[in-house]
Amino acid sequence: MNQALWIAKTGLDAQQTKMSNIANNLANAGTSGYKRSRAIFADLLYQNVRQAGAQSSQDTQLPSGLMMGTGVRTVATEKLFTQGNLVQTDNQLDMAIQGRGFFQILLPDGSEAYSRDGSFQMDNQGQLVTSSGYQMQPAITIPEDAQSVTIGADGTVSVRQSGSTAITQIGTVQLADFVNPAGLQPIGDNLFLESSASGSPQAGNPGLNGLGTLAQGYVESSNVNVVEELVNMIETQRAYEMNSRAISTTDQMLQYVANNL
Amino acid sequence: MDHLVYIVASGAREFMLAQAANTHNLANASTSGFRADLMMSQGARLPGQELSSRAYASMQNSGVDFQEGVVNSTGRNLDVAISGPGWFTVADADGGEAFTRRGDLRVNELGQMMNGAGQMLLGNSGPIALPPFSEIAIGADGTVSIVPLGENPSTLAVVDRIKLVNPDSSRLSKGGNGLIQLPDGEKAPADAAVTLLSGSLESSNVDSVEAMVRMIELARGFETHIKMMKVAEQLDATSAKLMSFS
Repeated sequence: MNQALWIAKTGLDAQQTKMSNIANNLANAGTSGYKRSRAIFADLLYQNVRQAGAQSSQDTQLPSGLMMGTGVRTVATEKLFTQGNLVQTDNQLDMAIQGRGFFQILLPDGSEAYSRDGSFQMDNQGQLVTSSGYQMQPAITIPEDAQSVTIGADGTVSVRQSGSTAITQIGTVQLADFVNPAGLQPIGDNLFLESSASGSPQAGNPGLNGLGTLAQGYVESSNVNVVEELVNMIETQRAYEMNSRAISTTDQMLQYVANNL
Repeated sequence: MDHLVYIVASGAREFMLAQAANTHNLANASTSGFRADLMMSQGARLPGQELSSRAYASMQNSGVDFQEGVVNSTGRNLDVAISGPGWFTVADADGGEAFTRRGDLRVNELGQMMNGAGQMLLGNSGPIALPPFSEIAIGADGTVSIVPLGENPSTLAVVDRIKLVNPDSSRLSKGGNGLIQLPDGEKAPADAAVTLLSGSLESSNVDSVEAMVRMIELARGFETHIKMMKVAEQLDATSAKLMSFS
């Protein structure tokens, strides 16, 4: 029927996606290690209704034609891997990454996932696990009689056992980095999977080869800027209203035809 | 049969087209770097046997609105906006050069720099390819410098320079892919006077208030044409009545 209706529909779709995205960011404003995402739009293909330069008579040409746009599409939702604020928790198993890199997490199916959420806990074996109970890789087991755990900026984990004054090193936390972190596939639970767009993981010790350092007793909060999201929300709502207005106006035009002819 | 109804119908059709084009602008009110399409209507005179009083309407592109959009700060170091006139150069589908104002850049897994719509950004000599890096910075003149992966932050290396151009805007037009181009795939020389603003994005330049007003204007114009069709029908009916015997 009328193109304008469908074009306005693509506009509504796009604004709806943007709104869902903002809602997701806001809902996760308090999720540690969460990285905010934003919707990316691009205009749809143009339709050539009347070709510019076509002959209007034998000796003259149309100076300009008619190219009609067909709306907008959502190309992607992109994660923004900017640093979140470090919040002090004083929990000795909490770690925050300052700079690039991800913790490596072993999923129950044996594959690896990556996370920025450093609020680790211990399972009944003394192993470091995420809040969902997934093991950190390489596995670190805290001995049963450990009195205190120290995690250095370079990832070395050392403990003091009861009845001993000596500090023993029990392992090293390693981080993984990607050429294109924005290409990682988010799967929920604060986890990301490697994808063909992200490149393959390059594991290493914190502080080396461009990897960030660890801060014990801190967690990285989400990098959502609540004020920015609220401003985005207002903008999105107004854009949505204008597009829905375009639909009702086009509808009225067609209604006028139907009623008056 | 009177020609009035045909001329009015052509006008109504063109109003409908213009409404669609206006809606396209409105739909892209939040597309980064989008440039609004401008439309105009032209009379196409039809030479007749008697008085040449018939002119059909024909809607045409009258170009692209080159006014700058609003620059918003995003804080992401791969978001760049052009301050003042100028264009980024990207590779179009057939390997030629096209121009865009969208600067939400990213680096894909092969290290190639592209914008949010997936168009490959061009540098001094073809597409920009970056080695693995831990930090990236884009200078005001488009210089891309990186800290290679595993190096100290002091070893900032210049890799390439984004090709920024500023061709005469009167020769630019929008292609079917939404990119701005010169006629016949002509290339534009790099212009050192174009400056970038890092950590910011340029929004669409669609003036939503203007688009809304135009939407109302076009809807009313359309209705006037429909009304004219009704008038043409009434005129026809009246003349038919005059001819009747009883």
